[in-house]
Amino acid sequence: MAVFNLNVNGKKQTVDVDPKTPVLWVLREHLNLVGTKYGCGIAQCGACTIHLDGNAVRSCALPVSAIGNKTITTIEGLAEKEDHPVQQAWIEHDVPQCGYCQAGQIMTAAALLKNNPNPSNEQIENAMNGNLCRCGTYLRIKAAIKTAAANS
Amino acid sequence: MTIVKTSINRRSFLKVSALAGGGMMLSFSWLAGCKPTPEEVVTLPKKWFELNSYIKIGDNGVVTLMSPNPEFGSNVKTSMPMILAEELDVDWKNVIVEQADFFPERFERQFTGGSQGIRQGWRPLRTAGATARTLLVHAAAQTWQVPANEITTEAGVLYHKTSGKKAGYGEMASVAAALTVPGDIKLKDINEFKIIGTSKKNVDGPKIVTGKPLFTMDYKTDGMLIAMIQHPPAFGLKVKSVDDTEARAMPGIRDIFIAKILHDDYVRNGFDTTTFPEMAVVVGETTWQVMNAKKALKIEWEKINDSTYTMRGWGGEQTVKVPAGLESTREHLSKMAALSKKPAAVLRRDGDPEGAFNQAARVIERTYTAPFLAHNAMEPVCCYAHVTADQAEIYGPVQAPEFTMQTLAARLGLPKEKIHIKLARMGGGFGQRAYGHHLVEAAVISQHMNAPVKLMYTREDDMAYGIYRPTYTATYRAALDKDNKLIAFHVKGGGIPEHPVHANRFPAGAIDNYLAEGSAIDSNITIGAFRAPRSNFIAGAEQSFLDELAEEMGKDPIDFRLELLERARTKPVGQNNDYDAARYAGVLKLVKEKSNWGESKPDVHRGVSAYFCHNSYVAEVLELVIENNKPVVKNVIAAVDCGIVVNPDAAINMAEGAIVDGIGNAFFGELTFKDGAPEKTNFDKYRMIRQKDAPKAIEVHFVQNDEAPTGLGEPLFPPIFAAVANALYKARGKRFYQQPYLKEDIALG
Repeated sequence: MAVFNLNVNGKKQTVDVDPKTPVLWVLREHLNLVGTKYGCGIAQCGACTIHLDGNAVRSCALPVSAIGNKTITTIEGLAEKEDHPVQQAWIEHDVPQCGYCQAGQIMTAAALLKNNPNPSNEQIENAMNGNLCRCGTYLRIKAAIKTAAANS
Repeated sequence: MTIVKTSINRRSFLKVSALAGGGMMLSFSWLAGCKPTPEEVVTLPKKWFELNSYIKIGDNGVVTLMSPNPEFGSNVKTSMPMILAEELDVDWKNVIVEQADFFPERFERQFTGGSQGIRQGWRPLRTAGATARTLLVHAAAQTWQVPANEITTEAGVLYHKTSGKKAGYGEMASVAAALTVPGDIKLKDINEFKIIGTSKKNVDGPKIVTGKPLFTMDYKTDGMLIAMIQHPPAFGLKVKSVDDTEARAMPGIRDIFIAKILHDDYVRNGFDTTTFPEMAVVVGETTWQVMNAKKALKIEWEKINDSTYTMRGWGGEQTVKVPAGLESTREHLSKMAALSKKPAAVLRRDGDPEGAFNQAARVIERTYTAPFLAHNAMEPVCCYAHVTADQAEIYGPVQAPEFTMQTLAARLGLPKEKIHIKLARMGGGFGQRAYGHHLVEAAVISQHMNAPVKLMYTREDDMAYGIYRPTYTATYRAALDKDNKLIAFHVKGGGIPEHPVHANRFPAGAIDNYLAEGSAIDSNITIGAFRAPRSNFIAGAEQSFLDELAEEMGKDPIDFRLELLERARTKPVGQNNDYDAARYAGVLKLVKEKSNWGESKPDVHRGVSAYFCHNSYVAEVLELVIENNKPVVKNVIAAVDCGIVVNPDAAINMAEGAIVDGIGNAFFGELTFKDGAPEKTNFDKYRMIRQKDAPKAIEVHFVQNDEAPTGLGEPLFPPIFAAVANALYKARGKRFYQQPYLKEDIALG
């Protein structure tokens, strides 16, 4: 066990956990931030996507000891008023079916638009390819990202 | 005008006043309540009045509608309340939707599966809405001392035009709640619909996109422990001994034990599929601790012996055989090939098929196969349970709670009324969550620990557990006479451990001499419903064969199907054809028009397919191109006849999802076995369709009619397999018979 001082969604948080604990489980079970989802545990499905210093990363295979001073943003902290353009576009296109993967999709999409405000179809496909949606909402995800890009 | 008798629908109108005070109900309400429109601030009323099981009206006119069925992504939590709201005649923006708990005394058929939610809920939900509206009208009539038939309603307001009186539903709710339910209730005419047929957004959308706790995986109570199960690494194995010395000493671990999932003398129902009879359980404080301790278990496994169990379900009592052995895909394929050469059980025979085949000038025969598939819902199997000496609280992802309730009562030794199943939003289901083994496992673990427990499967546990889509084969034969006329048709289906044939489906009914046969081979690999069971394979095989047959006969594939359907419509063969040939032809004609089927586009390869299942008709045209020697799906045009569409945009979403799912499984879906073990247990090896593989566009066209709504979650899925195969044939000049198709395509180079 070891103590880690984390910056999560702009707040200082202290946890005392096994240093190998993936950030996913620290968020979900120690900080009660359950919007970040467990899907595969091996960084293959993207359901656990968070932002680390603004970049999309998979939290399920990222040990808490590797965070250092980097800031963590989760779906709960993506926008203070929960109205990030990507979240709004997701509602506008009524993207979700079961909804389980969507927080991860939104986090990947938000990071994409931060780095590339006007992505092409191909760039969207490349950026989003690591996020599985078992319900098959891929077309709406793509359309929502284009709407969010237009509204940002 | 439709008049319904409320007496035939009694349980929807029970008023269980104890409901409001039930502490357990309220303890879950933070997960269940939601507002459809976040921008509209709905002020909660001081007092609620319950008009029936589905509808509560607040003193300020706010309406709570209960969504009865479990939600796994087909959007019933929005569309079922829309039906209530329509007949109740309220403004959708004043509606709060709540997920009902499993409560069979109050709700009809709380089952999500078979694409039947809207079809079977249509009449009860309309009746419940109309009944509540009628009570409000009578309450106003009584209060105003005017005849009830002079009162009209609109958007939650009652009007008496002649006297100029009006009142909101909230003002009349207390009077209405005390009235007796009238015997005859008038439903709206279809042309009076204001909500049905308009697109309403997913009521849980705002919570989903902001990461609010909605799923079982997110659920937590004070003192809750985490449990995981180490299942055998292969089908055909069981636990011999467990050395837990190291695991037990690891931080946070509370207990490690072996438990039986069912009692030995328990007679199973149709949804009691449990792959392994025993479970080695690790319980601890956090998921990470339990995951690590599970890996530190040293378990010795041993082979199972042949066994049987009794199952009461699927139309009778049967003995299910569980053979010993460590099975492999290679062995499955050779066994299925041998099976298709042997006589099988005759499922349907019209005319003299054997005689016609003997006289044929030409016989065309093709064999199709498909592998086992894992459901791979994004939320791995999980369940919360808190079992005490005299009651049980279960919160879990389950499509068929009614069946799991029977199992829980028998296993826990508690009466059903002491077991409360809360219906969690599921992170996908696809049929797998109809089998509630995880609810029973969680309950058994909680009972053992005397503590609240959340059982979690890892992705590997989920993918390796079984309850798969079976592996199938089908051999099709067509007899042509010397004039190239189709004179006989034969399908022989096989599978492990069930065959895929729906004997009374098209083209049965369209051909004078017809034979359908099926047979199966026992296995210790468990299977379960997977989006459109059996149809999900047989549609692809049948529609690929019809495409090839049309070509052999020199006919356009759509025209050929239309000719057969015309025969089935005007002079049907046999008695039990389970489809309406005119509606079937209708979707083919619509897709022909919408896809501009007659026009060829350079370098675009098109395949068509059509199918009827779950009471709905679908035709699909898929367009693909070859880029960098790989097939890329550019567009799919779908025509659907599912009767009245309740929530059009959500219906399109689900149609798109079914098409994407089908293309993914047609291209990549496959689970193989070696020495009894699945060779893929996570998404690094099990290839799922991803953003880059998805079609670039999908167009969904609904046939406009006044038919009562039928299924939608499943019907678009089965035919797309053949649309893929038929388009690939056009692109590659070679027919595809074995799924997944891209495995064959890559092998070709």
